[in-house]
Amino acid sequence: MHEPAEKEESQRMATDLKNEQREGGVEAPAATTYGVRGGLWQSIRGMRSGPLILVIVAMIVIFWSISPFFGTAENLSTTALGFAINGIVVIGMVLTLISGGVDLSVGSVLALVGIVTARFIVLGVSHPIAIVIGLVAGLFCGLVNGLLIGKVGLNPLITTLGMMGIARGASFVITLGTSISLYNQLSAGMIYFGSGAIFGVPVIVIAFVLIVAVGDVLFRRSGAARKVFYLGSNEKAAILSGLNVGRLKIGVYLFSGLLSAVAGILTICRFLVATPLAGNGLELTAISASVIGGASLNGGEGSAFGSALGILMLALIRNILILKNVSVYWQDLIAGIILIGAVLIDHMSHQRRTQ
Amino acid sequence: MVIQAEGVYKHFGATHALADVSIKLHEGEIHGLVGENGAGKSTLINVLSGVFPPDAGNLLIDGRPVSFQTPRQALETGIGSVHQELAICPHITVAENIFMGHSDVIGWGPVNFRHISREAEILLSAFHAGINPRAKAGELSIAQQQVVEIVKALSCNCKVLILDEPTSSLTSSEAESLFDLVRRLRASGIAILYVSHRMSEIFGLCDRVTILRDGHHIDTLVVSEVDRQTVINRMVGRTLSNMYPHKREEKGGVLLEVRGLMRKGRYHDVSFTLHKGEILGLSGLVGSGRTELARGICGIDRVDAGEVYLAGKKLPIRRFRDAIDQGLVYLPEDRKIGGLFLGLNIQANISAASLRQVMRGLFINRRIEKERAASFARTLNIKYGSLVQLLRELSGGNQQKTMVAKWLSTNPRVIIMDEPTRGIDVGAKAEIYILIDRLAKEGIGIVIISSELPEIIGMCDRVIVMYEGECRGTVDGERINEASIMTLASGHA
Repeated sequence: MHEPAEKEESQRMATDLKNEQREGGVEAPAATTYGVRGGLWQSIRGMRSGPLILVIVAMIVIFWSISPFFGTAENLSTTALGFAINGIVVIGMVLTLISGGVDLSVGSVLALVGIVTARFIVLGVSHPIAIVIGLVAGLFCGLVNGLLIGKVGLNPLITTLGMMGIARGASFVITLGTSISLYNQLSAGMIYFGSGAIFGVPVIVIAFVLIVAVGDVLFRRSGAARKVFYLGSNEKAAILSGLNVGRLKIGVYLFSGLLSAVAGILTICRFLVATPLAGNGLELTAISASVIGGASLNGGEGSAFGSALGILMLALIRNILILKNVSVYWQDLIAGIILIGAVLIDHMSHQRRTQ
Repeated sequence: MVIQAEGVYKHFGATHALADVSIKLHEGEIHGLVGENGAGKSTLINVLSGVFPPDAGNLLIDGRPVSFQTPRQALETGIGSVHQELAICPHITVAENIFMGHSDVIGWGPVNFRHISREAEILLSAFHAGINPRAKAGELSIAQQQVVEIVKALSCNCKVLILDEPTSSLTSSEAESLFDLVRRLRASGIAILYVSHRMSEIFGLCDRVTILRDGHHIDTLVVSEVDRQTVINRMVGRTLSNMYPHKREEKGGVLLEVRGLMRKGRYHDVSFTLHKGEILGLSGLVGSGRTELARGICGIDRVDAGEVYLAGKKLPIRRFRDAIDQGLVYLPEDRKIGGLFLGLNIQANISAASLRQVMRGLFINRRIEKERAASFARTLNIKYGSLVQLLRELSGGNQQKTMVAKWLSTNPRVIIMDEPTRGIDVGAKAEIYILIDRLAKEGIGIVIISSELPEIIGMCDRVIVMYEGECRGTVDGERINEASIMTLASGHA
C-alpha cells in the first residue's frame, strides 16, 4: 500500500467498481430535497424545532392579549437582554450535550471570567488585554475539563461539577466574596457592548443572534461539529472510524469555556460590576433550554437554533409571570413543568414513531 | 496485498488472550477464523484492525512490518473491519455514517452533503438493499445497518476486510446476499477474514480456515480438504458425539394453551398448545414476531386480545410477575442486556428472580442463597471459581447456564427460551441441549425460539413457524426439516 503504484492500482479498482455500478443503471437522483441539506426553513421542518416555534408564537399571541405591556419595545428589549447572555452559554452547553457529555461549570466560569477581567481592568491593564486575559481564563477552564474528560477519560458530569466548584470558589477567593465595581472604569467601547443598541436592538442581543446563527450553520454543516455528533451518537463507532475522539472532546469543552467567557465579559459590560455570584444556577437553565430545543442527554442530538428557542421560551414565560405580578417563587416551578412537559412530548412522539 | 501476523502475543492481566498466533491472508481469499468463545478470535481481530497493539509479535504487510496504534492507521493501510457489535451512529444519516472516517470528505470545514449522499448512493447500489443514504441509520433494520457497515469499510478502498460474525443477526435470505457480496469482493482481489460460529458458512464460503483454541493457533486448513467434524474437533480439542440428545418421550397433558393472542402491528390470532415434557420450537425469520409473542404470553408487554391458560387455569396477563408466580418464565435472547446482572456475583444472579426464597424477614440470608446457588451450579455444571465471582468474568456458556439456574430457581412449569445458545461455543451448546432435554424429561414444557435451524430441527418435537406476525403452520415428526420450515418461514406456503 505504501507503493504509489499499488495505491494507484487500488484507487483505479475502486473507480472501476463505481463506474461499473453507474453503468449498472443506478444513477443517484440529481435533486435531493429532503434530509441533511437545506436552509433554516428545512431545519425548522426537519428538526424538532417546528412545534417549538408554533408554541412560542402561540405564547406570544396569548401573552400579548393578556398583558398589553408585553408587546412594547421596552419590554421586548429588556426580555431579550435578559436571556441573550444566558443564550450564548446555552450554545456552548448544547455542543457538550451533543457530544454525549455535559458542562456544569458554565455558570461559574462565567462568573470567574467576569471577576478576572474586572480585576485586571481595575489594576489598570488596558481593556483589550484584560478581555483577552478573561477569554484565556475561560478557555483554560475548558481545556482542563477537556483534557480530563477527553484524554484521561473522567466522567464529564463529575469533572465539570468539580470545575464548577473550583471556578466559583476561585471567584470568591479573588474577591473575598465582594463584588468588583467597574463604575467609571470601562471604556466607551465596552460600555457600548454592554448597553448600546443598533437601530434600537441591544448590542448584546445582536451578539447572541450572531452566535446562534453562526453556531447553527456550523453545527449542521461543518465537519468539525458533525464529528461531535458522531461522537455523541456512538463513541465506539467514532473511534473505529478513526476519529480522534479525545481531541474532539477537548474542542467541545474549549468551545463551551470560550462561550462562557464571552458571556462573562458581556455580563460585566452590561452591569458594570463583576460579582462572584454571577451565573448561579445557569448550568441547569442551559441544560433545560437545550433539552427543550431537542438535545438529548444521551448525546447525538441537539441544535443551536433549537436551544436558542428553548432559552427564548423560558425567558418569555418568566417575563409574563413578572408582568402579571406572579410571585418569583412560581417561576422555577413552572420552568420545571415546561422542561418535563417538553421531554414527555418528545418521548411520546418517539414511541409513536417506533411503533 | 498480503497481510500477515507473526507470533502475536496479547494478554489482559493474567489471561493470555493470544499466545504465539500466526495467520496469513492472501489476496482474493476468504479466510475463515473459528474457535470457541474465549479462543482469542476477537483479540486477533482487534490487533489486526488497530484497536490495540499486540504485546509481542509482528504484523507484516507484503513482508514489511507495520504497527498500528489506532484503528485509523489500520484503515489507512487498507484494513477495514466490521465488528460483531455494530458501530453505527443511530442519529446520523447513512451517508454520514459511511464517510465519517474520511477526513478528505468530512474534515473540519464545510461538508458537501449532496456529494456524500450521491457517493453513498453509488456505493450502496451494489448491495441492492434499498437503503436511502439520507435516512437516519438508526431507522434501518439490523441487516441494513450491517450493509452500511460493510459499505463503510469498503469505502476506504480497503484491501483486507474483517467480518466478525456478520450473519449473527441476519435472516437466511439476507445472509445469502451477504455471501454473494463477499464472493464478489473476493473476485475483486480483496482478502476477507471471516469469523463465524457457523460451520455451514465456513464450509460454504471460505477457502481456508484458521482454528484458534485458548489463545493458541491450532491449525490452518484448506476447507475443501477437510470435513466439518475435523474442524469442530480441533476447535473444541475433544470429540463431540451427537449434539442433540433429545428423544421424544410419551407426551403428557396440555400444560400451556394460548388462544387468539394479538398485539396490534406485531402478531395476531396466535393459538397453540404445549404439552408436559414437550419441546416446542418457535421458528421464523428475525422480525416475524417470535420474541414479541413470547413476551406477550408472559405479560412482559401488553397484549391487545387473547388468553393464556396454564394447566387449565386462565393466566392474568398483566405483569411478568404473575406469570412467574404461576410457573411461566421467559429467558431473553440477550443475556447480557435482558437476562443477567453482569456486575453482580453468581449467587446474587441465581436468586434474583426468586428472592422470596432466600429472604428471612427483611434481609437476604447469604447462607441460604449460597447453598441454593451451589446446588444449582452443581446440577447445571456451571464452572466457576467462587460463587461471589462477578458474572461478567464467566464465559458465555456459563453465563447462559447461570441464567437458566436463575429461572429454574422459580420452579417453573413452562420455560420459554429465546435463542438459548446464541453466542456460545459448541461445547457449551451441547451442554445446554442436554440440560433442555433433562428439563423436558422432568415434565417441564419448553418453548425454544431460535434462528438456528439445526437447533430447532435437532431439539424440537413440534415446530410452529411464524411469518410476519402470524402462525404459518406447525410441523412435527418426520416433517421437521429445513425445507418445510423455510417454506413456511418465507411466507411461500
